[in-house]
Amino acid sequence: MIQIRDLHKHFGDLHVLKGINLDVNKGEVLSVIGSSGSGKSTLLYCLNNLEQIQQGSVHVDGINVHAKGTDVNKLRQKLGMVFQQWNSFPHLTVLENVSLAPRIVKGKSKGEAIAMAEKQLKHVGLGDKLKHYPNSLSGGQQQRLAIARALAMEPEYMLFDEATSALDPEKVGEVLDTMRLLAEEGMTMICVTHEMGFAKEVSDRVAHFHQGIMEEIGPPEQIFGAPQSEHTRKFLANVR
Amino acid sequence: MFDYNFHWRPVLRTLPDLIQAGLTTLEVATLSMVIGILLGLCLALARMNMTGPLKWLAVTWIELARNTPALFQLFFFGFGLGAIGINLTPYTIILAGLSFNCAGYLAENFRGGFQAVPDTQLKAARCLGMNAWQAYTRIVIPQVFRVVYHPITNQMVWAVLMSSLGMLIGFRELSGETQFFASRTFRIFEYFAVTAVLYYVIVKLILAVSRLLAMRLFRY
Repeated sequence: MIQIRDLHKHFGDLHVLKGINLDVNKGEVLSVIGSSGSGKSTLLYCLNNLEQIQQGSVHVDGINVHAKGTDVNKLRQKLGMVFQQWNSFPHLTVLENVSLAPRIVKGKSKGEAIAMAEKQLKHVGLGDKLKHYPNSLSGGQQQRLAIARALAMEPEYMLFDEATSALDPEKVGEVLDTMRLLAEEGMTMICVTHEMGFAKEVSDRVAHFHQGIMEEIGPPEQIFGAPQSEHTRKFLANVR
Repeated sequence: MFDYNFHWRPVLRTLPDLIQAGLTTLEVATLSMVIGILLGLCLALARMNMTGPLKWLAVTWIELARNTPALFQLFFFGFGLGAIGINLTPYTIILAGLSFNCAGYLAENFRGGFQAVPDTQLKAARCLGMNAWQAYTRIVIPQVFRVVYHPITNQMVWAVLMSSLGMLIGFRELSGETQFFASRTFRIFEYFAVTAVLYYVIVKLILAVSRLLAMRLFRY
């Protein structure tokens, strides 16, 4: 489980996260919504030590993420991450994109790594693209490639940072379907998203962030049906 | 009106020597490129990531290499160091001069190359649990290499042509050798005409090899 306690993050003078307390349980799907600049992406980056924090703590399965002695490379294997810009590695084939990290990070043999990569690529529907280079794939396919790449590390958690925001509208569906599939399989997921339909339908809980504060968290019925916070009400009124 | 008699025979007789000297040219250019690439990479990284003396050393090096005549740089390693009692062999002088110059130019190519690879690539690699070394060697540098590949080829051509300055410090590379025979036989036009063709052939060979290599290396 992920435990976030009194998390503060500053970028210079900018106070981006102002004391976040949040637990994410195994098997849970948590969606994080909120306007741009509310700190929701930064929260994700704090979970796998892509960003340092100024106060508070984050524990992932009991490991203190920002403690000095923590092996961040080991920690990051637990936390798969998918970015808004899919960041496929352009110089590697689809298969190599996915099999590289299991081989050099986890020390799997070439055969094992390729088998794992093939399995995950089939899983996201790219089984017929193994030898292609990413530049011949559509945005949606590249994003599914990024998901397969993260899954091949057999993570315990998946973090999605606005995974569909940079896609053409008609490609959003295929990526959301893949995310839905993972949720059904019981993957623990934290999805920073602007897709309210997805948040409503797939999440166990939804958190609304506003100016660095977690305004409200609760089951989707509460957040979308009867939000308690004034800010949350306003935000949802605007996005609909 | 035109009473110059061409005499090609002496040139043809010494053609094996010229070709041998051409190989020396190629050797010096290749070696200085290898050194230049390694140093240029260090200079680019120092310029981008360091502060203080190392950064300023890199900036000064790059500025001098790019903005002063290559001949002066060569003279510095020859006559400049000679004046304070450090006497290098012509081979070392040309190697040092070319390496110094190539490193400066290549450093800027590398800097451009690094800037062309989005830093999100590094981030994505690190998120997969790669350490910094793995992320750089497996993800970032191969992409930088592609960006700088053709500029490196250009620089290699330039190194071959620039090595002809070796003639002025008494080094018997292709031009030096040509000069030597030309002044012995007074067939100056013939010798330099043939040598020009040899340079042309060497450069075309380099470009052809580079193109073949690129087809194998960059499939994406």
